[in-house]
Amino acid sequence: MDQILFALLNGTIYGLLLFMVSAGLTLIFGMMGVLNFAHASFYMLGAYFAYTLEPFVGFWFAILLSPIVVMGLGVCVERFILRRVHAFGHAHELLVTFGLAVVIAELVKMVYGNFAVDYRVPAELSFAAFTLSGLDYPIYRLFMGGVAVTMFITIYLLLTRTRVGIVVRSAIYRPQTVEALGHNVPLVFMGVFGIGAGLAGLAGAVAGAFYTTNPNMALELGVMVFVVVVVGGLGSMGGAMAASLLIGITNSLAVGSDLRAVDVLSIVGLGDWAEKSGGLLTISMSSLAATLPFFIMLLVLMLRPSGLMGEKE
Amino acid sequence: MSNPTILSVEGLHAHYGKSHILHGVTFDVARGEVVSLLGRNGSGRSTTLKSIMGLVPPTEGHVRLDGADVAGLRSYTICRRGLGYVPEERETFHNLTVDENLEMGRQRGPSDSAKWTVDQMFTYFPRLKERRNTRAGSLSGGEQQMLTMCRSLLGNPLVMLIDEPTEGLAPKIVTVVGEVIEDINKHGVSVVLVEQKLTIAMRVSHRVCVMGHGQIVFEGTPQELNDRPEITDEWLAV
Repeated sequence: MDQILFALLNGTIYGLLLFMVSAGLTLIFGMMGVLNFAHASFYMLGAYFAYTLEPFVGFWFAILLSPIVVMGLGVCVERFILRRVHAFGHAHELLVTFGLAVVIAELVKMVYGNFAVDYRVPAELSFAAFTLSGLDYPIYRLFMGGVAVTMFITIYLLLTRTRVGIVVRSAIYRPQTVEALGHNVPLVFMGVFGIGAGLAGLAGAVAGAFYTTNPNMALELGVMVFVVVVVGGLGSMGGAMAASLLIGITNSLAVGSDLRAVDVLSIVGLGDWAEKSGGLLTISMSSLAATLPFFIMLLVLMLRPSGLMGEKE
Repeated sequence: MSNPTILSVEGLHAHYGKSHILHGVTFDVARGEVVSLLGRNGSGRSTTLKSIMGLVPPTEGHVRLDGADVAGLRSYTICRRGLGYVPEERETFHNLTVDENLEMGRQRGPSDSAKWTVDQMFTYFPRLKERRNTRAGSLSGGEQQMLTMCRSLLGNPLVMLIDEPTEGLAPKIVTVVGEVIEDINKHGVSVVLVEQKLTIAMRVSHRVCVMGHGQIVFEGTPQELNDRPEITDEWLAV
């Protein structure tokens, strides 16, 4: 029971981390209609910048400053790279962001080396929040979850209670109409891109200290973030949150489960047949955990192509 | 009408890709005037409005708003200089409420433009007030048309470009829309109207321009158009 509770908690925190990165991506995706392959690279840069700043300004300032630097970088990417290729269509934008992701990964390897760096949770946050069945639950995981929840509430309030938020929500669906009503849509795009990058940077700065900060972290999380955006629905913040939690918790529960299809089938007397058939039927849930998010994505795409809470018209 | 010109379109050309749609459209709108662009489908009326608004950037020609050339500027700048645009497809923001849609339209507008309030909009269309917290996606076609007009009006424009406002609407609402156009005009807002229903266009317009093949082929008062049945036969009859 305690194990399940731990898995649920871990899954929720991992889900919240996924949300931190996918929140910006889903907004950008909705607005520009193009997947930003470099988005997870901003997550990685957030971690590396925080690691670089920490010796000079300390952990707390590092995780505050790093997202601001990443945001500035995001603004420059939109203004000087994406905007220039926008006129040539989505395929070009997609290729540019893909190229950018590769360039960022290689630059990180050149500067920091092709291995994990020593970016750690600060001593003041290295203690157990509580103990269950003799297992310590790190307070830092709760801190990460707290940051994500605060971020969700802030974005939600900004999007629903402010004029800028209303403009952003409209621009996701009808950018041309929004512009004809006197709103500087290119500036809105740039702002959203920058904030989205900054949020990913914040996630990286916070999570990089707990997991590992290495040149593959963008790739590792990036694929999962795309799944979240598709499952949640384009441009939907609530959808991104729901999909992040769904995938985080499913993944976490599956990793700790030895359940096999054989075990289920044996209840109805088909155990021997399943054992003889082998293949997928005899593989444990934990081995399939990595593929579950994609299975969920497939299901959602088949049953509800606009995503769980997609509003795209 | 002897009022000074507020909008002057001169030799406007526009393309959709390689298709040449507008071939030198030229007409003027005086302050406080309603000008209707008439013509068959495909004659270039809607493209003319989009091109003036900067949504289809003109490839040649001038659009002077209150004396300043705005051709080629981004549409948000053109809007802020005093042009309001009501698109043919209505294009309400389905995911936003009526109130939020109206908020999207609110702009300061030029200093000499008529100023509008949300309450005035609700006086024009009381139905919108009843549904102010409803998502625009759930509104009827007529309500969406009212919302789109109000949204643009709240930008306090000098000139409103209104594209097919009565298309697909019930006769009763068509009458209301016509009356609102007349009323906003009385408040000093000039209007360029693209309208399929000749009766409405002839009633509310001071002047009409007939378009064909991406050009203005006739310009005059509604009475002058009535006196030239050959124009109606050649360029407007179905």
